[in-house]
Amino acid sequence: MTVNGEQVTRDVEPRLLLVHFLRDDLGLTGTHWGCDTSNCGVCAVWMDGEPVKSCTVLAAMASGHEIRTVEGLEREGQLDPVQEGFIQEHGLQCGFCTPGMMMTARYLLDRNPHPTDEEIREAISGQICRCTGYENIVRAVRWAARHAAAGQAREEVSAP
Amino acid sequence: MTTAEAPPANPVGFGRMTRKEDARFVRGKGTYVDDVVLPGMLHGAVLRSNLAHARIVSMDTSAAEAHPKVKAVITGKTLEGLKLAWMPSLSHDVVPVLATDKVRYQGQEVAFVVAEDRYSARDALELIEVDYEPLPPVMDAREALSPGSAVIRDDIEGKADNHIFDWEAGDRSATDQVFERAEVVVTQDMLYPRVHPAPMETCGAVAHMDKVSGKLTIWCTTQAPHAHRTLYALVAGLPEHKIRVISPDIGGGFGNKVGIYPGYVLAVVGSILTGAPVKWTEDRSENLMSTSFARDYHMHGEIASTRDGRITGLRVKVLADHGAFNNTAQPSKFPAGFFHVFTGSYDLEAAHCEVTGVYTNKAPGGVAYACSFRVTEAVYLVERMVDCLADELGMDPAELRLKNLLRPEQFPYMSKTGWEYDSGDYPRALRLAMDIAGYEQLRAEQERRRRAPAPQGAPAPLMGIGVSFFTETVGAGPRKHMDILGLGMADGAEVRVHPTGKAVVRLSVQTQGQGHETTFAQIVAEQLGIPPEDIEVVHGDTDNTPFGLGTYGSRSTPVSGAAVAVAARRVRDKARLIASAMLEVDPDDLEWEKGRWFVRGNPTSARTIQEIALAAHGPLELPEGVEGHLDAQCVYDPPNLTYPYGAYICVVDVDPGTGVVKVRRFVAVDDCGPRINPMIVEGQVHGGLADGLGMALMQVIAFDTDGNCLGGSFMDYLLPTSMECPSWELGETVTPSPHHPLGCKGVGESATVGSPAAVVNAVMDAIGVRHADMPLTPAQVWRAMQGRPLRTDLALA
Repeated sequence: MTVNGEQVTRDVEPRLLLVHFLRDDLGLTGTHWGCDTSNCGVCAVWMDGEPVKSCTVLAAMASGHEIRTVEGLEREGQLDPVQEGFIQEHGLQCGFCTPGMMMTARYLLDRNPHPTDEEIREAISGQICRCTGYENIVRAVRWAARHAAAGQAREEVSAP
Repeated sequence: MTTAEAPPANPVGFGRMTRKEDARFVRGKGTYVDDVVLPGMLHGAVLRSNLAHARIVSMDTSAAEAHPKVKAVITGKTLEGLKLAWMPSLSHDVVPVLATDKVRYQGQEVAFVVAEDRYSARDALELIEVDYEPLPPVMDAREALSPGSAVIRDDIEGKADNHIFDWEAGDRSATDQVFERAEVVVTQDMLYPRVHPAPMETCGAVAHMDKVSGKLTIWCTTQAPHAHRTLYALVAGLPEHKIRVISPDIGGGFGNKVGIYPGYVLAVVGSILTGAPVKWTEDRSENLMSTSFARDYHMHGEIASTRDGRITGLRVKVLADHGAFNNTAQPSKFPAGFFHVFTGSYDLEAAHCEVTGVYTNKAPGGVAYACSFRVTEAVYLVERMVDCLADELGMDPAELRLKNLLRPEQFPYMSKTGWEYDSGDYPRALRLAMDIAGYEQLRAEQERRRRAPAPQGAPAPLMGIGVSFFTETVGAGPRKHMDILGLGMADGAEVRVHPTGKAVVRLSVQTQGQGHETTFAQIVAEQLGIPPEDIEVVHGDTDNTPFGLGTYGSRSTPVSGAAVAVAARRVRDKARLIASAMLEVDPDDLEWEKGRWFVRGNPTSARTIQEIALAAHGPLELPEGVEGHLDAQCVYDPPNLTYPYGAYICVVDVDPGTGVVKVRRFVAVDDCGPRINPMIVEGQVHGGLADGLGMALMQVIAFDTDGNCLGGSFMDYLLPTSMECPSWELGETVTPSPHHPLGCKGVGESATVGSPAAVVNAVMDAIGVRHADMPLTPAQVWRAMQGRPLRTDLALA
């Protein structure tokens, strides 16, 4: 599989969960392990561009696929607007749900650059945060939506 | 940067600033306990009881031991040999690390396997055979003291029942007299059901015993690293200087991570026996079924008043379900925590409460989940009783509260149960909340809707408005009154300014998301005028921080924040003496302006704190009695607790056909004194409101009569998501605490304490029912509307 753009090859047990593969075998500990039942979403990553809960995906199922984790959000030392939005709007406290929330937020904004609050809430509704009461996560995603244009414009300028 | 506008500069002191810790978290670079990896590290897993009450007849671990990847199998017998099978609880009881004689709740620890990897350790659990003789489980707290009830704690010599303690507060006879002559008395039974804090990160530890140095290092999910270190020393007989507890990033605590769990001790024993580091991380079911629960208070309330609504008395009897072991984490002298603050925010003539604690076959714990040592239960009780009284009198619940709230001129106020409330302007906070909510308009809308003709088809939603007012008592606490296992609840802090004017502050308290690395830098910045980005906050490592009891009960800012402020002021005082030598003037001729000492009347003749710091480390001849360098420390013993308060208003719409509750709006006005970082305070309030909404509407750890836990996963234990939470509307008033160096009162638990009653009051207002117990699930609301509310703690056959 590729993980954040890098080719990764390992022999694994058939039962190994993707979340444990990412954390224990690759040392990508930004993806967390929270509930085992697909309820909490702290383990959310992308597989082939779609968010999945990596506690209910076998590592073997990800073979040949593209995985993107929170460690792959930052590009060339530049924070993704979603990451910046979480900082600016205090969208995190303990930080445990944050990677999964940000992966979902990036997915939402890629498809819907100007979501309403209801659409943001719907997008993150499969994930649980115990600290923020969600309000500032919604604001963080809104911040990212507002600032995406500036970021993209710069990317175009800096493109070769 | 992705932003076009420049971010505002950080305040040098109090004010909104983004958090220093976020840089690592948004990159996935936090270090939580399960992220810790050591060379040669092994993995532990716990075998747990599937029965709530049973005698262990025999246990066969031979197949597990034969597993090729297993390094050790530890049972209660192993631990008995090490005299570690039982450890002291935090409340004058004992707790088994591994069961030796009986299992006493479903999920209790029975054996521990250490293996080469996570999955093999789990595999080996399946190979352990335990032969149990089932015993009748005691699941109903209300039957725990019945003569025929099975005795859970037969390990205690001579124990013949399930009684733990009786405790009371207030004046019984004065209260009885108030009730005898009362014009109106309203009585209501209510349950604050068992809930679980459920932080997103479960509990875990990595233990490493270095056999050469004899030093034990434990990375652990703990809110109280110093208290843990001392307890390990006391329990295991390890020398305290050879124990280092590191609490790295913690993924939420809410009281769940105060106590010492068997898993932590087992990781330590595993490391000692195998000679290798051992990691143990529990899964979600283990977290929900075995670690510190909260609440489980069966309350019988009585409120007395005059006919025109002046509240005169409050009387409460509580049956407290403490589970199989009394392991509540609270100041030793207070077996019911601070429940006796149940007179709330009102001026009464008399009040009395009695609390009886009982054992049941449920997990131990009891003080957790942002409860401020049972203030949550107390506030729920009084705020529901006031609404029941309003219903009885036909009065508006906001008006009834305004009539009875303590008045500003009554502070400091000595409550009828012995608390000295420090400061407050309660009516102002409630009026502000009513203004923000548009209370009169809401009542008018409700009236309109009630009069409107029934629509065709689906019935119209029922609108409800709920009010609650809370007073908390936090910041434990004065050490002559408050200790945990003999450790006084004072906290230390150290502030050191480096030669170049940058600083480090070392704390005894431990963040679990509260943002200490930012807030405590701001406290020092405010005192010394050093920018917060130049101040490093060190915490969560017992080898590198001063002693203190940790973060829970909203005590970080009230206790440790005060310690830091005092230490920083001592640095400032020392800087004055050094500045006087630098400027060759008398110290009394110097005046402080944030960041520098200057000569009175000559503001250009000054030395900045950075210049003073360099001089303090240089060859300057210092005044008599002044030592070099620029640092100070403080151990802060709070003179009193602090009393944050607030007024909350909740608006709900209830579907009468299904019982589904939709929280339309929630207004929260909090007064926690001055706000060091308003952004962080608001975030704490948001989170607490979601917690309160969750407890009011969906969260419960219930059991069936066979002893099975019915809340053992997130499929069964429901937590609020973004869809159930409204966009919170906040307001603030600021009434400083007169005895805190910064006037700050603490805020971490306020919203969790204050909000459940507002939600329940709103739902009861909507459906026209006096009371139904939480959680107000659709089924419970619908049943309440039929006059048959459910008992929510037990699934009765």
